[in-house]
Parts: sequence; structure tokens; C-alpha cells
Amino acid sequence: MHSIVCPRCGRRSLDEFTFGGERRAVPDWITDPDERDFDEVFVFENPDGVSTERWFHAHGCRRWVTIRRDTTTDTILEVR
Amino acid sequence: MTYASRMVETLLPIRWPDRPKASYDVVIIGAGGHGLSTAYYLATRHGITNVAVLEADYIASGNTGRNTTIIRANYGIPQAVRFYKHSLDMYAALEDETGANLLHQTKGILWCAHTEMTMRTERARAALNQALGVETVMVTPTEIKSLVPQIDLTGGGRYPILGASHHLPAATARHDRVAWAYAAGAARYGVDLFQHTPVTALTVEGERVTGVETPAGPISAGVVLSATGGRVTKLAGQVGIRLPIRTHPLHAFVTNDHAQGLRSIVASTELMCYVSQTERGQMLIGAEFDAQPSYSRQSSFDALRGYAYKISMLLPFLRDMRILRTWAGLCDISIDYSPIMGFTPVDGFLVTTGWGTWGFKAIPAGGEGMAELIATGRPPELIAPFALSRFKADHLLADQGSSGTR
Repeated sequence: MHSIVCPRCGRRSLDEFTFGGERRAVPDWITDPDERDFDEVFVFENPDGVSTERWFHAHGCRRWVTIRRDTTTDTILEVR
Repeated sequence: MTYASRMVETLLPIRWPDRPKASYDVVIIGAGGHGLSTAYYLATRHGITNVAVLEADYIASGNTGRNTTIIRANYGIPQAVRFYKHSLDMYAALEDETGANLLHQTKGILWCAHTEMTMRTERARAALNQALGVETVMVTPTEIKSLVPQIDLTGGGRYPILGASHHLPAATARHDRVAWAYAAGAARYGVDLFQHTPVTALTVEGERVTGVETPAGPISAGVVLSATGGRVTKLAGQVGIRLPIRTHPLHAFVTNDHAQGLRSIVASTELMCYVSQTERGQMLIGAEFDAQPSYSRQSSFDALRGYAYKISMLLPFLRDMRILRTWAGLCDISIDYSPIMGFTPVDGFLVTTGWGTWGFKAIPAGGEGMAELIATGRPPELIAPFALSRFKADHLLADQGSSGTR
């Protein structure tokens, strides 16, 4: 992965972006409130496959974009 | 079968069993440094030899054969300093113990500071290390220059070097030879090693892990230890264990030979890059891991350009060198930047993981600790703080500043 096609700025170098972390929700089957808090703070899905994540175009339009990325190959599937 | 795995099988004086037995006392997933050293210490220290080590690829094909081989103990929290000091001492005695030539060399490491803030951190590190009997001292720019004449103390005019913490016992050793020494040692005591035998699933009976599924058939086990790097989230996820780990690739490269010697290992915690000279005279350079998690081992031009820029600010002669080889490994980064060793909420399933960028240096002490834990059922004092339960107990071991990465 060398670049990201920003919806506002077009194709820009990866250097311009800051990784903002994976977008995840605590699974429904975790019902205990303490367990849910723990999961939210500490756990990563860390998928070997498709990950939905937030990136910040720090040295560009300074807006957040949502990206679907295949972590197995580190390739971008979709930018929103 | 690949060239590398054929080489391992012909090179190592090991008895290679045709197929796994139906049952073992201990099954270890992953024949990297930690898996093999655990097997070795189970056999040599505790007489537990009914052990199988299963490797999906070939021995040391993962991070054990991909790291930059630096062994040091200059950590920033007492639990880590004690643990890595023990590992450092074990490494120093490992050639005598195993009879293998590991090309172990004590070089010392300089952690350069470029701001007053980092100087403060490094002073605190030196004080803590000294209090725990680890030789780390602050050195002035003049002293740095005499240790490393090639260094540019102005840091390319951008990163002036105000001082450094000098960790004297830091060393390097040949990584695959370390893995091979443990593999051969374990096999000599009767441990069964299998290459190209991936674990496809964990066998669960009731609330307990009782074995593993492999293409060579199911294997039942008294204890299953995951010593995998990279895919541990998936493996643990099979039994409902959710880990505080992200997996990031880390790149490294070597240049052509540098005629002048570089005695010390040179690093900068602020620039997050490090360089040492290999036995062949090549300059071995690594830096921080990629910002985004990924399982791709593809080296990227952007990463190499970034590393080259940073390291050549400190050592300008590197600008005239050529990059010969690049590679990448997968770092399991725990949320507090410390390893995770020990029991899990699932009976019969243990982990040694979260080895991020600090796994190679911990191979002897990590293996010894895990072997004792498996043999006695109790975690030894040195590894007890690194239990998975620490996250829920709010006993985090935050030590990002010692990891050499972002």
C-alpha cells in the first residue's frame, strides 16, 4: 500500500495520512457491562482479512475517511 | 518443499519423525525461538520429553528468522528489566550450554536522545537499570563520537545528539542458529519436531482444549501452547479468547559491506530506528513498524525510504551504501507493549505471545519460564507479571518507550 485515493483530494501518498484505528463494535454476545467496557478499551479484532478503519488526511484536506482494507495483502478495497 | 526447509532438514542433526503420535503431554504450536526454547527447557530442566513442536512452515521461518538480532535489557519498568536481564545472561551462556556457535557478540547499544525530554527519559532508564544491576550509563556527545566515529553529532542539522544512554551488555547473535541450537537440543532429548504441519483447529472438549487438528491427523495433548507469531488472534479466537493485540508488519534491510567497523549498535528512540553491523560487515537497519496492522510481509518502498532517511541523518556514510536485501516480519503488539505469557481463561491452552519487536532477546528466559510454568503449573516469579489476566486486573506493564518502535 503506497497511496490512498482521498474522496476529496484524489490519489495521495500514504505519508499524508494518519492511521486512526479499526472501526469495531463490541460483539452482542458479550452482555456483562464490565466485560463490554473491557472489550471496548482493550480488544482488537485484528482480522486477517477485511478490516474497516478510519484514516485522517493530516497533510491534505484534514478530513477523516473510512477505508475497507484487506489486511492479508495490505490492499485497499474501498474508500468512503 | 522449499529450499529453506530442505536446508533445515539436511543441515540440522535432528531425527525427523515421519508422523506425529496420536498423543503428547505437551503440543507446542510454532517452531520459532519461543516454541523451541520452551520444548528444550521442558526436556532438559524438567524431564518432560513427550513433546511435539508443530510448525506450519519451516523452523524459524517466522519472526525468529526476521528480526534484527539485538539482545538487550535496557527496559523502562522493573518487571521487564529483571526478565530481560535474565535473558541476556542466559544468552551469554547459551553457546556453552548448547555447544553451538551462535556468533554471540557483546557490542553495547547507544540510545541517542535529540531533545531534553528524551534525555530525561534516558536518565530515568539508566537509573532504573543501575538499581537493578544492569549496566546502562549516560554518555556525552564526545563519548558517543569516540565510540562511533562515523556519527554526525548534529544529526544532519535536524536531530542534534544531546547525549545517549549506553547499555554496555547489549549483544547480537545469529538468529537462525539460536533456533537451530534449541531445535537440535530438544530433539536430542526426544522432542518431536514437525515442519509443514499447520494446526488447522484446536480440539475442545467441554471447557478444555484437549488437542489440535492437523493435516497429519488429530493430536491429543495434555497442554497446548501457542507460540505462534502473527496468527495468534485467529487461533485464540477459536476458543473465544479475545486478545489485546494488533499485528503490524516491521521491515528491515541490509546494505552492502561497510569496510569500517561499527562497534556499537546505534539507535534513536526518538527517530525510532537502529543499526548494527552483521558478522559479514553488512549494515542491518530496522525501524518502527507500519502504522496500519497487516499480515503482509511485502516490504514497501515507503517504509524503506523512511528508514533510510532517518538512519542516514545519524550515520551519513549510509547514504553511499546500497540496499541488498529487504524483508518484513509480523509483530504482535500488545496494548501495553509488553509480552503476554501464561495461562488463558481456557484450561489446557497456554499462550506466549505479544512479542512485538522484543521477542528475539527474550527467547531463553521466555522459554525457560514457560517450561517451568507447564511443568509445575505455577508461573515463575520472572514471568508471572506478564500474565494475560493483567489487563482485567488493571496491572498493565506500559513500556512503549523501551520498544524501539512507535
